[in-house]
This record gives sequence, structure tokens and C-alpha cells, in this order.
Amino acid sequence: MAILLFLAPFAAGLAAFVIKSDRFRRRLLFSVACAHAVFSLYLCLFPSGGEDYRWLWFGLDALGRYFTAVFSLLFLCASFYAVIYLKEEKSRPREKKEEGLLFNNAPEAAFTGCLLVFLASMSLLALSRHFGLIWIAMEATTLVSAPLIYFHRQRSSLEATWKYLLICSVGIALALFGNLFLAVSASGQGPGTEISIDRLLGPGVRLDPLWLKAGFIFVLVGYGTKMGLAPMHTWLPDAHSEAPSVASALLSGALLNCAFLAILRFYQLCLANGLGPFCRELFLIFGILSMAVAAVFIIGQSDYKRLLAYSSVEHMGILCFAVAVGTAYGSMLQAANHSFLKGALFICAGNILAGFRSKKIADVRGIAHIMPWAGVLWFAGILAICGMPPFGAFLSEWIILKAAFSFGNLWLPAVYLFLLGVIFIGMTGTGIRMTFGVPSIPGGKKSFLSLLPALLLLLLSLFLGIYMPAALDVAVSGAAALLGGQG
Amino acid sequence: MLDGILMLLVLFNLFSLGSTRISASIRVVAYQGAAIGVVPLFLPGKIPGGILVTIVLVTLLIKAGILPWFLRYAQKRVNVRREEKPFVGASASILSGVAALGTAFFISSRLPIPFAVASPFIVPVALSVSLTGFFIIISRAEALSQVIGYLILENGIYLFGIALLLEQPLLVELGMLLDVFVGIFVMGITVFHISREFEHTDTSRLSGLADWLPEVKRSE
Repeated sequence: MAILLFLAPFAAGLAAFVIKSDRFRRRLLFSVACAHAVFSLYLCLFPSGGEDYRWLWFGLDALGRYFTAVFSLLFLCASFYAVIYLKEEKSRPREKKEEGLLFNNAPEAAFTGCLLVFLASMSLLALSRHFGLIWIAMEATTLVSAPLIYFHRQRSSLEATWKYLLICSVGIALALFGNLFLAVSASGQGPGTEISIDRLLGPGVRLDPLWLKAGFIFVLVGYGTKMGLAPMHTWLPDAHSEAPSVASALLSGALLNCAFLAILRFYQLCLANGLGPFCRELFLIFGILSMAVAAVFIIGQSDYKRLLAYSSVEHMGILCFAVAVGTAYGSMLQAANHSFLKGALFICAGNILAGFRSKKIADVRGIAHIMPWAGVLWFAGILAICGMPPFGAFLSEWIILKAAFSFGNLWLPAVYLFLLGVIFIGMTGTGIRMTFGVPSIPGGKKSFLSLLPALLLLLLSLFLGIYMPAALDVAVSGAAALLGGQG
Repeated sequence: MLDGILMLLVLFNLFSLGSTRISASIRVVAYQGAAIGVVPLFLPGKIPGGILVTIVLVTLLIKAGILPWFLRYAQKRVNVRREEKPFVGASASILSGVAALGTAFFISSRLPIPFAVASPFIVPVALSVSLTGFFIIISRAEALSQVIGYLILENGIYLFGIALLLEQPLLVELGMLLDVFVGIFVMGITVFHISREFEHTDTSRLSGLADWLPEVKRSE
């Protein structure tokens, strides 16, 4: 049954391309998102239903279930916002303040269709048990998200789309090399050994360590490009700032996690073949580098959507850092918190952009006076993503810090804390300047409905921070157990 | 015979690095695709003839037929003849190609294949083709040249896969081909949009988005 997670949005996505009625198409988007979220949440929290699910190269293990539930919840909120956003886009004059040029939007049908197929390909990625299939799903996410970035048909989004396509395609190509290397390393098991997780994690399978190592490097760099790890992150700020906020929320909150999942699948094999320390060293290097790069660019940032994008780079670094210091549990929890909070922030950013008509931090002052709800949520979101209690990110970052301390090397927690501190100062400073002070525009729109998904996502993260239901704990531990458990 | 094809591929590499005319590059990519497409015929037979012929024909059709045709079509539409200002000149590019070949041989000497292969040159040549594609992507400014570079990169990967891992389930290869196809297709469409929007396809002038000093450049 779990294959429905892929088939339903895929079919609905194809249908959306041809449906003529705007209202029906929007309803379809939202109802598929609802069904997807309910079903994947059910699978995640009550796993007996889909535990032994196996069909060809598809299957859902604890890791897949967990990631699916996270991005599905985010997609639900994003699709709610998308419906409102699309309605407004239809009615408002199409003009971009910064360039003073008229521009057209892509047809709404194509946008909705791509959103749904995007959800389908992420589900496919989580469902795949075969590395070739994982790769195909990853490539599919790139191809269908490119039109999402290019929704506003204007120069800057075209530039961002081009960079995104080219850089990510090259990354995906490198990952394909990694998969071929994996196949070579598995060739000792006899000709035509299929490179599926179940086959290669089976009893008595030994992979050639040299080729497996080479494969992991290629996969980490390749999918790491998609995940936004520094120094391969250069497409990310452009794409996130130019895409409409719905797409930014999904790219940042869902897609980056999925790329991480693809890397973790490979990591599972490496663990089983005793390459854990080698992989963790690489995770550590990329993790710290990503956090450091993000810190540098957050400090001097002048565009608030780019600010959020760099914050995503930082959090992807934290995820890698967490795995490196041996707390897969913290990494899983952090992944969920990042998804929810970044989704909420991008939706807020979309509202702010609609009100202030500018992405420049300098142009936005006094959100709290003009759009009280947006101001409150924006500021709370910024505090939350920087790891302020009682939000969930505090809990997960704390778990990671603890693991870093017990890892043995005092430099690690010191660097980690320092970078988090720098980013905290940079982001909250910007948040305060934008939220408070004398408003820079006379009045704004006061739509609460388009902020509702942001509120829900913030509450989700708050919930994760103060109360952990037993079923959720089991789900997170189950996912972490596949990655070598808690160190 | 197999070694002859591999040698030819190295020559195609150098040629594509040396040429700045787009139409010549497209032709070389087509030849390269054809050469890679027939490689399975010269491997010691492990899989049934029917499947083998199908793979060869499909590869030839896509890599030597449809994709080059599509690139030609895109070239005519956006009307670019040559790479005007590559970041690295032709002779330096060829030298880099030689260096890439050396690197590829070095890497493959450090990574011995754990089973018997038809030719010891498969891995180094495949790596050098990929490195060449990679180099073209970063050293050329025209969007179309970058797409061609990407195609060369994928050709190298495909050579690696088809020469070493033909016994793998077919679905993966088909997926590979399909994705290359769709990828190039989407990139081609984007190239159209770039040329319509900017009236050129020089990606080095796509520099409005940056963290520092975007103001100065945006006014062009």
C-alpha cells in the first residue's frame, strides 16, 4: 500500500497539467497533500501497518517512514499556502519593484503539476530500496523543481534556474559515478548483483572497501551538492531567493533532507562494511565547513530570503556534524525541526515580500506594526531556528552538543558552539531590525489565513521541543538505529 | 578493436576541447556517442544477443541521433556560432585535456578493478571523458557549450557503466538514458528562455545574483 505515497501524487500531478478549472486543481493539490500527510504520519507512528512492505525495489523502513512523514507534513502546510498564494498571484498586478519590469508567471497548471510530481519523486526516493532507483528519484526532483524556481518569468529567476539545473545536474552525475563504483565494489558477490539495500546489507555480503570508499566520496559530493553542503552550495541561495516562497520552503525543508537521506542510504552500507570512521570524518569536514561558510554569509547578508537560504546551509552542516559525532538521533530530530521551522520562515518571508515588495533587509522595517502576525511569527521563527528554547531545534542542538562533548575532542563542541553563536547574533540582529522600529511603508495587508501554515509549523516544532510522545520517540530511535544508533 | 575505440574517444576529447565552434562540438559529441554506443559489441559476451543489440541501438539512437539533433536545433534557434570568450583558450584547454588524461590514468592505477575486464583502458578513458566534460562545463561561457560539456560528462559515466557493469538489471541503464535525455531537454528549453530574455546565452553575464556588490553589475 505504501506505494500509493508515490503513485497518488504522481497521478494527481499529471492530471493537474490538463485540468482546466483553477478551483478544482487547487482543491486537488490540497486534498492529495492532506491524504499523503495523514497516511505517511500513520505509517510513521504506527509502523505495524507497513513494516514488512516489500515490492520489487520498493519498501519503507524506519528511516524512509520518518523522512516521509516530515516532508509530507511540510508539504501539507506549503500546499495550503500555495493555494492562497496562487489565488493572489492571479489577481495582483505583475510587477517587480526592484527592476520595474513587467513579468509573467508560469501557467498555474504547470506549477501545481510540478509541485505534485515533486512530492511524488520525493516519496519515491524515500521508498526506494535500489540505489539506481534512488538516483533516478533524485534526478527527478531536480527536473521538476526547476520550473518551480522559474515560476516568476523574470531575469533573476531564470539565472537562478540555470545555475540550479547545471550545478545540481553535475552533482547528480557525480553521484551516478558513485553508484557505479558501488556496483563494482559489489561485483565480488557474483555477476549481476543488484545494488539494492536489502541485497547488500544481507548476511555474509562483503563489499570491496576501496571502491566503496571511492563511491561514498562521489555520492557525498554529488548528493551533497543537492543537499547544499559547502562548498557545493552555490546554487542554493540564488534558487531559494528567486523561487516563490512556497517553492523555497519545499526546496529548503523537504528537498535538502531528501538528499541527506540518499547519502545516509549509502552510509548504511559503509557502516555495515566497517567504514564508519572514514565516513564520519568526511561528514565532519563538510559539516563544519558548511556551518562556517553559512556564518560568514549570514553576517553580511542584505537579502532576507538569502539569509534563510544560508541558514539552511548551516543546518545541513549541523545534520552532518551530528552524524559525525555519533548522534544519529540528534540528526534526525534536527532534520525535522529544520524542515518545520524553515518552512514557517519561508512562508512568513513570502507574506513579508507580498506586503513590503522588497527582498532587501534594509527596506523592511517595523513588520510588527504593519503586519502583527507576520512580525510575531517571523521573529519567533528566527529565534527558534537559532536554537532558542523551548522550540525543538534547541533540544536537538543540545543533544548534538552533548554528543560532541562526549566525542572526546574538546575542539569540536567549541567550534560548534562558536559558529552557532555567530549565526545566532547575525540572524537575531537582522530579525530585530526587520520586526521592530519605525515601519518603512505606510500600511499593509492583514491576511491571517496565509500565515496559518507558518503558525502550524512553528507549533509543530514547539511541540517537538516540549513533549515527545512515545510513538514518535520509537520512530526517531528506529530511524537512528539504522544509522548505527546513538553514540 | 575495443582499444581502438577507446583511443578514438581520447582523440574526440582533445578535439572537443580544442574547438570553439559550437556546430563542430556537437558533431564530435555525436561521434563520441556513436563510439560509446557500439562498445558493448566488443565485450566478451555475457548477455543474450537480442538484449545486447537493443541496448546498442537505443544508445545510438539517443546519443548519436536525437540529442545531437536537438542541440543543433537549439543552436539554430538561439543563433550562436562559436564560443566567443571562453574562460580558458583552446590551446590551454587541450593541455588541460592531456592533464586530465594523466589524472585519469593515475586514479585508475590506484583503483584496481576487482574482476577481469575486457580492456585495461576502460576505466582511465571513461574517467578522462568525464573530466573533459567537467572541464568544458566550467571553462565555457556559452550556455550551449555547457550543455555539450554535460553531455560529454554523462558519456563518460555511460561508458564506465556499459563497459563494466552490463549485467546489472536493465532498468537502471534505461533510467540513465532517459534522465540524460530529459535533463538535456529541460536544459535546452532553459537555453531558449535565456536567449529570449537576455538576447544572448553567455552565462558569464548571468551575474545579477550574488551576495556582494550585485548593484554594479545589475545595471548592465
